[in-house]
Amino acid sequence: MPGLSLLIPLDWAVCSGEHESFPPGVFSFCSRPLWDGAPGWVNNQVAQAVIGAAIVIAFWLWVAHAQKIVPSKRQFAGEWIYNVIRNGIARDMLGHDYRRFLPYLATLFSFILVNNLFGEFFLFMFPTFSKVGFPWILAILTFLLYNGAGIAKSGFLPYLKKSVLPAGVPKPLWILIIPLEFLSNFVVRPVTLALRLFANMFAGHLVVLVFVVGGTLLLTATEPGNGMPTWLLNGAGGASLVFSFAIFALEMFVGVLQAYIFTVLTAQYVSSALAEEH
Amino acid sequence: MILLDGIDFGPLAPEHPEELIVGFVLFVIILVVLWKKVIPAFEKTYEERTAEITGGIEKAEAAQAEAAQALATYQAQLAEARSEAAKIREDAKSQAATTAAEIRAQAQADADRILATAKAQLEAERTQVVRQLRGELGGLATELAGRIVGESLSDDELARRTVERFLADLEAEPVEHA
Repeated sequence: MPGLSLLIPLDWAVCSGEHESFPPGVFSFCSRPLWDGAPGWVNNQVAQAVIGAAIVIAFWLWVAHAQKIVPSKRQFAGEWIYNVIRNGIARDMLGHDYRRFLPYLATLFSFILVNNLFGEFFLFMFPTFSKVGFPWILAILTFLLYNGAGIAKSGFLPYLKKSVLPAGVPKPLWILIIPLEFLSNFVVRPVTLALRLFANMFAGHLVVLVFVVGGTLLLTATEPGNGMPTWLLNGAGGASLVFSFAIFALEMFVGVLQAYIFTVLTAQYVSSALAEEH
Repeated sequence: MILLDGIDFGPLAPEHPEELIVGFVLFVIILVVLWKKVIPAFEKTYEERTAEITGGIEKAEAAQAEAAQALATYQAQLAEARSEAAKIREDAKSQAATTAAEIRAQAQADADRILATAKAQLEAERTQVVRQLRGELGGLATELAGRIVGESLSDDELARRTVERFLADLEAEPVEHA
């Protein structure tokens, strides 16, 4: 089944000309069509996102079905994760009407988390959100969410005024504050959300590639290079592969952390949009 | 955007713009599932759990209140019974005292009455005896004097014997009771 084998990252994708597999670069993130003649966007990474979404839905349905007052282990695990989002993020940030935003925040957290962990786990070994399109759309959705919530609460002009002009700013400073606040609330927030997630995943995957691909090349070197004997190259390759496990652990942590940060910041933005006054 | 023309965004521009659409669709699908199915399921369980715990506490409180009320009722009944018992005891005591006094008075009256009757009877008997004696004594004295006079009053021996005989006659006579 060629479609499935394309998901496995052993064969380097090449989207803009031929490249050596080392050193890794932007080309390492190129997609491959799922089958010959498929449209460019029907590729392995989109397939990964679909599988990730399926996993998220399956997980939640699995932990949510047949719930009991005294939870089973399955339900307990589900409740633990659910409570992280519900109590740890939504309720802490949004206070009493957190329930309205809970579906959004839970979706955000679990979708990002699963796709980030794809970077470290069999079979994909590729963090989906190192493809910038996905972080962009999530940031746009969050942008729409918090502005929509603010407008729904205060009305368009009052919300705009509240967003660009904090209370108590003296008039001479308005000319400075208004553009800054506008930039901060309507441009910097969504852009940094997307870039933070994208850049962490992108850079993390690059580091993994350096350690794994570079280590593999060194370990399998058969002739001296750069004035170093073969055994030294091979030894360095082995060490590099061993250390790649530490990098994987780090990347797992970063993946969880970025999912958490994206969700917390979304909740924070909603909270500030709903706040009466700054 | 003319401003951005000619700038190579590298990996910051999506390789395929469709990524955004796919991301959006997937996000919405997950969102709907969580919104309609998963989160209501969790919240329902949480509410049931809260209700269960609250209900349990309320039930315990109700039981406690009931127990306290039962205890109060019991204590009230006990106090009532105690006071009733004390009252009965008091009544009995006072009744006993009354009865004793009555009996004593009755006995006293009976004794007085018996004494009075006895005294009256004695008085009557004495009167009768005195009257009888007085009558008999006159006759006897006359008889004795006749006998003494009939015999020789000079003979001392005879006189002595006459008196003795008289006395013996007296003794021989059966005693009459009134």
